[in-house]
Amino acid sequence: MPMTTIAGHEVEVNEEGFLTKPEQWSEDLGAELAKLIGIDMTDEHWNLVRFLRKDYDVQHETATLRRVSTQTGKPVKDLFVLFPAKPAKKMAYVAGLPKPKGCV
Amino acid sequence: MTETPFVPSFDDDASAGRKLAVICSKGNLDMVYPGLILANAALGEGVETHLFFTFWGFDIITKDTMDKLKFTFVGNTAMHLPGHSDRGIHHMLGAIPGATAAATKMMRKQIADLDVPEVPEFLDILHGSGAYMWACRMSADMNKLTEADLYDGIDGIISASDFIEKTDGAQLLFV
Repeated sequence: MPMTTIAGHEVEVNEEGFLTKPEQWSEDLGAELAKLIGIDMTDEHWNLVRFLRKDYDVQHETATLRRVSTQTGKPVKDLFVLFPAKPAKKMAYVAGLPKPKGCV
Repeated sequence: MTETPFVPSFDDDASAGRKLAVICSKGNLDMVYPGLILANAALGEGVETHLFFTFWGFDIITKDTMDKLKFTFVGNTAMHLPGHSDRGIHHMLGAIPGATAAATKMMRKQIADLDVPEVPEFLDILHGSGAYMWACRMSADMNKLTEADLYDGIDGIISASDFIEKTDGAQLLFV
């Protein structure tokens, strides 16, 4: 797996650039990852990213958009506003997690 | 090790030009999900997605029927027990009274176990994700239904030619 350095954090990524080791993630790094994909993190963004992290710890799988929405109570529509165009992938990226595997 | 950070290419602009048209023409539970799931996947990739509900697919968006769709295996020679691909079930057993109800119940459970929503909630997700949902004019007329009878997120009742016009340049799926 390739290594890359993001704002001084050396991390392992897969061929697409997603972090492969969730334990290498920190909130500092998350903020940098967000910046790299043009997202300005607000409390609303952080709530979702923190949920994803917490959920991954339990499920060992990245939550799908529907799961994020039902579990956090945030309408899907808002997710598309906070993480435009590809919310599931972008949220996972900022959270340092793999892309969600589920179809829905 | 790279000098500049290696970042996934989310290609927002590339997918911005892509369009998908999904024509949902069936009302059997097992034929409803493929269209909805593919539309949802496209939306999640930033693709402009249009759904056209026609003929039996009209039941997907009709308030009275959207949560009552059924699965029958009559005529489905591929029918087998879930997880037992080698143990086929004769499709005509599906004609026994109660078989459709039982098969429907089983399929609903399998779908729910995968954390995939039922049809009305699925439509909410598609709507929230920015899908364009169109009802077929001819189907509305045949069923004597108006917009008031349909799912609230429907963008309009339109003719086939209107749909073709709206989906100019789109990739198309007929289900």
